[in-house]
Amino acid sequence: MNEAGKAAHHLARAALVALGVIILVFVLFVAWASRPSIAPITPPAANLFPARLVERGAALAKIGNCASCHTASEGPAFAGGVPLATGFGTIYGSNITPDPETGIGRWSQPAFSRALREGVARDGSHLYPAFPYDHFTELSSGDIAALYAYLMTRPAVHRATPANRLVLPLRFRPFIAGWKLLYFRPQPYRGTDLGGYLAEALAHCGACHTPHNKLGAELRGQAYAGGWVDGWYAPPLNRDSPAVRAWTADQLMALLRTGLSTTHAAAAGPMGEVSHNLASAPEPAVRAIATTFARNMADARANRGEPALPDRAAAAAHQHPLGAALFQGACSSCHEPGARMMIEGRPPLEVGSPLHESNPRNTIQIILGGLNSPVGSAGPYMPAFGETFTDPEVAEIVNYLHVRYGTGPSWSNVSADVKRAREGRNP
Amino acid sequence: MIEIEVNGAVRRLNVDPTTPLLYVLRGDLGLHAAKFGCGLGQCGACTVLLDDEPIFSCITPIAAVQARKVTTVEGLGTIEHPGAVQQAFADEQAAQCGYCIPGMMIRAEALLRRTNRPTEAEVRGALQPSLCRCGTHMRILRAVRRAARARGGGVPDPAEPVK
Repeated sequence: MNEAGKAAHHLARAALVALGVIILVFVLFVAWASRPSIAPITPPAANLFPARLVERGAALAKIGNCASCHTASEGPAFAGGVPLATGFGTIYGSNITPDPETGIGRWSQPAFSRALREGVARDGSHLYPAFPYDHFTELSSGDIAALYAYLMTRPAVHRATPANRLVLPLRFRPFIAGWKLLYFRPQPYRGTDLGGYLAEALAHCGACHTPHNKLGAELRGQAYAGGWVDGWYAPPLNRDSPAVRAWTADQLMALLRTGLSTTHAAAAGPMGEVSHNLASAPEPAVRAIATTFARNMADARANRGEPALPDRAAAAAHQHPLGAALFQGACSSCHEPGARMMIEGRPPLEVGSPLHESNPRNTIQIILGGLNSPVGSAGPYMPAFGETFTDPEVAEIVNYLHVRYGTGPSWSNVSADVKRAREGRNP
Repeated sequence: MIEIEVNGAVRRLNVDPTTPLLYVLRGDLGLHAAKFGCGLGQCGACTVLLDDEPIFSCITPIAAVQARKVTTVEGLGTIEHPGAVQQAFADEQAAQCGYCIPGMMIRAEALLRRTNRPTEAEVRGALQPSLCRCGTHMRILRAVRRAARARGGGVPDPAEPVK
């Protein structure tokens, strides 16, 4: 064998050894990541569960907002199929009715409990953290039993959950074990306050209102400092709250149960559905959550002293004449002082939190998509203007409004942000 | 001067840019199909097409309409040659007082431009922003299904059998 041949031979051997090591590491990783399946059960008869436990589960499911991801619009309750857009692709909320084939009918209570607390399905596969087990891990055993009783007594719906559309490496579920190693610690709730427990462990408010890192893990050190969901900005619920009127427990209670705080804003975007769920949840539980967040925002700027509300109409019209004209023609019949909508008790634009936030996104989204009436109200709703205005026109209105009423940081590149909002993308 | 295109014709107008499109259509151009109902974008009587999408013309400033195509019911056909939607609404006698009907027709037209095989839920969803106080909803739905068939499609899951 000549020298070149020897070198090639060594190289081939080295490559083989490297390949062997990679395969070994991979096999060890898969073995480490694997979780046992839990034996399937015959779906329990509905009359096995005490009515009071089922009733408690129903209330908990409302507070936990389960339907937002597990009930498709116009679809049967809890039969799944809701697309959830993430930075890694689309994940579909699963069928959690007691159907034995497509739902959780064959899941025992320990299997259900493991899913909530450890993010592992009955068959042992890891669940994507879009299912917020980083919150549900803090649920008490009693509450898990009640949720199980409630779900197992719902009508079983045979409906397969659509396959997720994720970027390739993430389709391989054992990788989720790596994510958990980095970011997930199963643990009980350590606080003593009912509102904090309900917000953290069940309602998973932080899943939207806390910022996330690039891999989708909550930055717990910045709890409730504001986050992004479905192209909407979930504003801070701590001392950084941009509100210009103090959030009190009563105003939070109104927002959570009716979808409207007359001194702040409407519950828009994904929050609208939350208020619809909480509208029929037990009043003391919602009040506990409201009290907790009122305390969380006790040092926010509006609580320290409510700022004066400017109305720089002339300056705004001077800087954004097109925005002023479009506002005059499209918005003023409802939003100028004395307009009909003000008589209905809706908040005037200048107190609306979106105009005081750190970014224009919620203002943009509300113009593009409109707003529903508050819960239980047949009163006026805000129509969508997405088909009426072009991106630069929406940006003109937004800029006009911000100059006229804004009290927060300046907004830039609004037109580009309108485009991203239409695409459902976060900034 | 503002230039807008309505039903395929370019019109030049001397109006304030904040003027609602509805006022221009009815007051300046004599197109009376779109109606003034609430003036707040709540009832749908003023609905017209902007490009291919339905919008409330009562809250659409004329400044936003330049360089885009406006279509009213007058643009869907003529007395001699009615469009598929117009013919279907007449055949089904879908109007009682008729005030909401131009808005309903425009919404039906927008839907059928997207697909001539909409589901029943899509038909109802498309018409939802338009209110009818007479209660002719069942006839309106029949008319939209008929128009879908006339355009070579149909509603695959109609809420009542086709007579």
